[in-house]
Amino acid sequence: MNNSIKKEEYNTIHQEEKPLVKIKGVEKSFGSNHVLKGFDLELYPKENVVILGKSGSGKSVLIKCLVRLIEIDKGTVTVLGKSIPDLAQEALDQIRTEIGFLFQGSALYDSMTVRENLRFPLRRHKDRMKGRDENELIVNALKSVGLEDAIDLMPAELSGGMKRRVALARTIILEPSIILYDEPTSGLDPITANEIIQLILKIQREQNTTALIITHDMDCARVISNRVIILQDGINYAEGTYDALSKSQDPKVKAFFKEVKSR
Amino acid sequence: MHPISKNIVNFLDTVGSLSFFVGRFFKEGFKFPFEMKELIRQCYLIGYNSLLLVMTTGFIMGLVLTIQVRPTMIEFGAVSYMPAMIGISVIREIGPVVTALICAGKIGSGIGAELGSMKVTEQIDAMEVSGTNPFKFLVVTRVWATTLMLPLLVFVADAVGLFGSFLVEHVKGDVSFTLYFNEVFDSLVYGDLIPATIKSFFFGFAIGIVGCYKGYNSGKGTAGVGLAANSAVVIASLLLFVIDFLAVLMADIFFEI
Repeated sequence: MNNSIKKEEYNTIHQEEKPLVKIKGVEKSFGSNHVLKGFDLELYPKENVVILGKSGSGKSVLIKCLVRLIEIDKGTVTVLGKSIPDLAQEALDQIRTEIGFLFQGSALYDSMTVRENLRFPLRRHKDRMKGRDENELIVNALKSVGLEDAIDLMPAELSGGMKRRVALARTIILEPSIILYDEPTSGLDPITANEIIQLILKIQREQNTTALIITHDMDCARVISNRVIILQDGINYAEGTYDALSKSQDPKVKAFFKEVKSR
Repeated sequence: MHPISKNIVNFLDTVGSLSFFVGRFFKEGFKFPFEMKELIRQCYLIGYNSLLLVMTTGFIMGLVLTIQVRPTMIEFGAVSYMPAMIGISVIREIGPVVTALICAGKIGSGIGAELGSMKVTEQIDAMEVSGTNPFKFLVVTRVWATTLMLPLLVFVADAVGLFGSFLVEHVKGDVSFTLYFNEVFDSLVYGDLIPATIKSFFFGFAIGIVGCYKGYNSGKGTAGVGLAANSAVVIASLLLFVIDFLAVLMADIFFEI
């Protein structure tokens, strides 16, 4: 690994805290295509870690492995001290309430209104929100993304940016401690993308969440990240702050930044 | 691999994974908690929304069958057997098969396309990470709904089909409503009704499970959604005839029809 901040040095920064997410030696193949070849990651409380990588490098596969939407072939994935691959379904569902997931295309349920979309995660986890009014939770979540007026609209009536904001409200409604963002700004114009970035930062400030963000958007990476990991050839090729990596002299890192910026 | 061998392998692969899918349905379809609200919603969407189409088809089926058969029956001096003949053929075979084929086209393709697009747009994944079992919420409810609704739709199609047939008989032969339906019911025995009803449940199950299987396992982006809808109709229609053949065979053994 070509660490811009050496791993040992980074660990000393967090020596008093336990990682919320720990990924070690994760491997995943689809047929003969080896996507992940021993990926390692530690995610500490209140951190915003951005994973950068080319299309098809396995970024989305990696975060789907974190919530077991995809099973890993080898390695360990530990979230909040629990080994994800070994969890029974009920325990997995329980730990999934601690992990919010914002999907790339928003993934709002087409046949449900905005209100029903937000109610959906609550129906299985009423115990988690004990004593709190369901409607109040929905309205508050929508208020936090500035869309309380859209509560009775169908997803088809929303613009791309509004859909992403509703999806964000649905992600935070169970007040997760970790949020996984899969390309949160993809397909959005620069102004809307910036609004989403600011919303992500606001949510992190208000709810003290920890975030793992997959993105192609260098502005998003620069503004949001405390730490950036470059996923290349199935491993975490380089790691460090955005500034450190953007000034790296490593030929592959340099080429990566050059290629992404030229787009 | 030779193209023929590849096709055989693909066919066996589909049969295998469909069998697993059916197995998963039986494993999860009887387990608490049931998604009752969604099941009722699906029964409404599948049953009520198909009613007009099924009634129209059934009515035309009864009319056409009677108009076409009547001259031959007159030729043989057997026109008085018309209600019995139409009654038996509609209840035993034409009603269930035509209704099932119509539903395979309307409901099967709808389920295939809906679940396919949910898969492609990651809505199924979103459901899973929110702690809801998507198989139970999407597949189990739809398969139960088609299984329960199809016999009711067949019943409606049979009734409307017989009414259509009565109209022709009334206009052309001046047969009264009471006489016509007395003749129909006198000619029917349990051996006509029971196998037809049982096979309607199987038809509904086949339409639901194939539609869900194709949608739930669709891939290749938006093109995959179209393919899922299309193949759901083709496979379900083919399965309906296989089930029909087996049902007739079983009815022949147990009811000596």
